[in-house]
Amino acid sequence: MLEVWDITIRYGERDVLRDVSLSLRDGSIIALLGANGAGKTTLIRALNGTLPLAGGEIELDGCQLSGLSRREIARNIAVVAQENETRFPVTVFEFVLSGRFLHGGAFGWESEGDFEFAEKALAECDLTGYATRLMNHLSGGERQRVVLARAIATNARILLLDEPTANLDLAHQAMMFKLVRRRCLESGASAIVITHDLNLAAEFADEIIMLKHGRIAAKGTPAEVLTAENVADVFGVRVLLDTNPASGNVRVTNVF
Amino acid sequence: MAESKAKIKSFSASLCLGGVLVLLLVIVLVGAAMLGAEQLPLFDLNEQQRSIFYDIRLPRILLGACVGASLAVAGAGLQSLLRNPLAEPYLLGVSNGAALGTMLAFVFFQSLEITRPVLAFAGAGLATLAVYRMAKSCAGMNVERLVLSGVIVTTFLSSVIVMLTTLLDAAKLRSFTFWLLGDLSQATRNGVYLSLAAVIIGTIVLTSQARALNLMMVGERDAFDFGVEVSRVRMLVFGASSLVVGAAVAASGSVGYVGLIVPHLVRLSVGSDNRLVVPFSAIAGAIFVVFADTIARTAIAPRELPVGAVTALIGAPMFIYLLRKN
Repeated sequence: MLEVWDITIRYGERDVLRDVSLSLRDGSIIALLGANGAGKTTLIRALNGTLPLAGGEIELDGCQLSGLSRREIARNIAVVAQENETRFPVTVFEFVLSGRFLHGGAFGWESEGDFEFAEKALAECDLTGYATRLMNHLSGGERQRVVLARAIATNARILLLDEPTANLDLAHQAMMFKLVRRRCLESGASAIVITHDLNLAAEFADEIIMLKHGRIAAKGTPAEVLTAENVADVFGVRVLLDTNPASGNVRVTNVF
Repeated sequence: MAESKAKIKSFSASLCLGGVLVLLLVIVLVGAAMLGAEQLPLFDLNEQQRSIFYDIRLPRILLGACVGASLAVAGAGLQSLLRNPLAEPYLLGVSNGAALGTMLAFVFFQSLEITRPVLAFAGAGLATLAVYRMAKSCAGMNVERLVLSGVIVTTFLSSVIVMLTTLLDAAKLRSFTFWLLGDLSQATRNGVYLSLAAVIIGTIVLTSQARALNLMMVGERDAFDFGVEVSRVRMLVFGASSLVVGAAVAASGSVGYVGLIVPHLVRLSVGSDNRLVVPFSAIAGAIFVVFADTIARTAIAPRELPVGAVTALIGAPMFIYLLRKN
């Protein structure tokens, strides 16, 4: 469980995040919404212990995050970042296997178990048959799925996903969210997902947090947060809201 | 399971390649020992031949192997750390840093031989840090910034070296110029021991960080997220690279292109896993420099070419070919 109390992140004199609190329970998904520059990625990096806090506290399973070593944090929290590019000829399987960095067998080589985790992650991300392909020969969407597979291969309990669906087609967007949801249900994992797709957030998230200028503008269940007023306030656009006839969840339609 | 089997199969193939490289190294070492201005037989050496072999040729060949291995592992480590296939001790100014250190020792502490490797190590370390600091901006580090920083540091250090040469007399100047271009002819047993110790330590340190370097090839932030203690790895790789390059340059001057070409060729054969790339680069680098030095010794015998000129003559076209191919 990840608990965040009133954290503030400062770049120079500017507060990029101010008094942000949240609680990520085991088995739950939080969708993080907000306009560009609202502080979403900064929050993810703070939750991963990358950025120093100017105020507030973060606790992982009751322990102060700042008191944990880099390895302890990485064992529990896996991040899927926005950009991943390599100029070296790395195969998909090698890339996913590198997610097992903190595990491994004797003399720094991977064990049978590590291979199994990597293969399972590839299969879960619909990447069977991609193992020997080179990373720099993949499309943006394929690469995004490989990056997700590497995070899954870590078997970390908490996933922090920074716009994981940005380059994905419709089918793989749904696959990605279903995969995260399944992991949450089956293994008690939890996730914070940054997305710009309000409808995907409504379908898959247990809780939505809307950020505006580094502060929480709205927080609650999708039905509570996805209101025309909140969307207009955070994104500056007019939307129509109704109910998705297939799932019964709130549905957002842009009005142009 | 297909992926695991494919990976294990490719790993077995890589180990076979390692065996082939070791065999090739032995052949090149034996060939280099026999060839030269004075051809030596494989067995039954007479007194004079034994003296040539033990006092002149063997130290030179072993020093060549150590220098090649040093420059290649430093290149492999720096390329992965800086996420740049063009990173190389010579192009980044690290070799020139070591050369300046050696020259300062040569000019100001000539009687103290130990000051050469020590100042070479310090010079290599400072040049590495200078290039890294210049290349890194708040937005990260890109290829252009890194290469430009390397060029700036290299040219700056070259000018300082040129200025220092004005303090040398004509005989020393000629010997120094030859050394600067890469020269193994002054090989001594102490030089071999020192280079051997440096390359063993450097290769062990770099190989121990190979798995972390596999993640750092993608990005420092990425590696940090996956549990790599980035600043510790960076310090170890910079330290090990400076150590091996310092020892190599102090013993043989600036031998270019080894750190660029060898890791490239190794990656083409075994992929990018640094756990294979670093040790295989050590063996392949040793083969490359011993081979190049044999050409340097025999091409216009009894006169000699600087080994650095031969590695550049082989390395530059090969690098252009590799760039075009990839």
